[in-house]
Amino acid sequence: MLDGILTLPLVLPPTVAGFAILLLIGKHGPVGQFLNLFGVNIIFSWYAAVIASVVVAFPLMYKTSKAAFEQIDPNILNAARTLGVSEWKLFRRITVPMAWPGIAAATTLSFARSLGEFGATLMVAGSIPGKTQTIPVAIYFATSAGDMTTALIWVLIIFAISLTVMVSTNYWDSYQQKIKLGTGK
Amino acid sequence: MGLTIDIERKLPGFKLKINLSCGQEIIGILGASGSGKSMLLNCIAGLIKPDKGKIILDDTVFFDSENKVNISPQARKTGYLFQNYAMFPHLTVNENIAFGLEKLPKAEQRSRVSELLASFHLADMGKRYPSQLSGGQQQRVALARAMAVNPQIMLLDEAFSALDAHLKMHMIKEMIESLKKFQGITFFVTHSIEEAYRLCNRIVFLNNGSVEALGSKEELFRRPATVEAAKVTGCKNIAAAVRKSEHSAEIPDWGIRVATATRIEKTEGFIGIRANNIKLAAAGLQENCYPAWIADESDAPFSTTLYLKIGSAPIRSDDFHIQWEIPKDKKAELRDLTQPVRVYLDPNDVFFMIE
Repeated sequence: MLDGILTLPLVLPPTVAGFAILLLIGKHGPVGQFLNLFGVNIIFSWYAAVIASVVVAFPLMYKTSKAAFEQIDPNILNAARTLGVSEWKLFRRITVPMAWPGIAAATTLSFARSLGEFGATLMVAGSIPGKTQTIPVAIYFATSAGDMTTALIWVLIIFAISLTVMVSTNYWDSYQQKIKLGTGK
Repeated sequence: MGLTIDIERKLPGFKLKINLSCGQEIIGILGASGSGKSMLLNCIAGLIKPDKGKIILDDTVFFDSENKVNISPQARKTGYLFQNYAMFPHLTVNENIAFGLEKLPKAEQRSRVSELLASFHLADMGKRYPSQLSGGQQQRVALARAMAVNPQIMLLDEAFSALDAHLKMHMIKEMIESLKKFQGITFFVTHSIEEAYRLCNRIVFLNNGSVEALGSKEELFRRPATVEAAKVTGCKNIAAAVRKSEHSAEIPDWGIRVATATRIEKTEGFIGIRANNIKLAAAGLQENCYPAWIADESDAPFSTTLYLKIGSAPIRSDDFHIQWEIPKDKKAELRDLTQPVRVYLDPNDVFFMIE
């Protein structure tokens, strides 16, 4: 059940996720009204864009890291337990390092997902140039206005960012692999 | 040193019910897969909690359902050698072995690790990662890691099943040496009778979650008390039997009556004789000698199994009663004999069992 709710944004159309966030933090939503008491309004601010990105990218982070944790051989954890090692040290020294490549992959994936977030962001943050306009939104509006040069610049920028992230993740991954095989150190 | 185990644990379609006590010795736990062997080890180590019962080591209560005691695997500190060795793949051999020694000062950790590396023939391996080691070396590291924390109980789960035949013999020899020095109780889980016989003093035979037989290995092999125990210890010839007198029984399937050295208590049961205990009858001998025809034969590297039919000539190659295992060089002798051959079932080797 909890698993279902946490992964729901993965299958929902982003506009639906955006609509739900709007209901929650909008002027008449419960969270929005509460924040209003302190004179804070987050809708159509960059905070809203961040919230939208997090909600939409979260399932990728959650699913991928969960799989990484589940892949660890339970015998390895049990072996550490029988050696008298505390659960906390076990988590820090065994579980996290062994799941690390998976956590890194999860981070990359969710970063890429939030970088490309369009639907939900547009719903809750709008497109205020210099304030809440994200790159994908900027590309959309530039293209629809016929400003192909601006759109192309943004496309190249986002292309460069994505490529850098992917290449460095791959590089880092093979470095990790080397450490595991002991040829890296 | 004494360990008392009296536990029960229910699982769907299966119930583990073990009652066992032991001292400083090596105990083999034999049984088919799914007989509860590994679960017993996990209960001792504290990785699985039994439904009820007690596990007590000397003055330390590991588990007591009545008084709601269940101390953690960390506090039990049993040395557990897993089937796949469960190395920490991202740590070096040194770090693997030192992992349970965190409470010692650094210098002491280092000297303990190098001491263990030396005694497990791993002297130059300290800086390597588990993936750079052979199967035998990985097993040594796993054993060294388990021994590092000075456990009182060692649990070995199918320790040799991942090794090839040649290396296995070598590692068994090493293990016997290491366990000789170990001042504690060792449980050795295996499905191989050979490994159990080589390593252990006493053997516990599990069937369907309960102790079916328990005794010295010699006794268990010489006269298994149950059909299951006979099968697991490699007895090929088992047939239903009816008691005729204190020392004889009739075997309807084989159409013979046999004499036994041991007393037969029950009216119905089973008779067994090991394939390698059957002999060629000496001239003049009458008791327990039977005419037999060879229905088929099958060659192993150093022995041959002959499939015999007692009393009449076989119709097909799978029409046989008993298996007779003979060394390769004895086969030539048999070739000169005319069928039927006369075989002798020594009353000392014939045993009566219950279901």
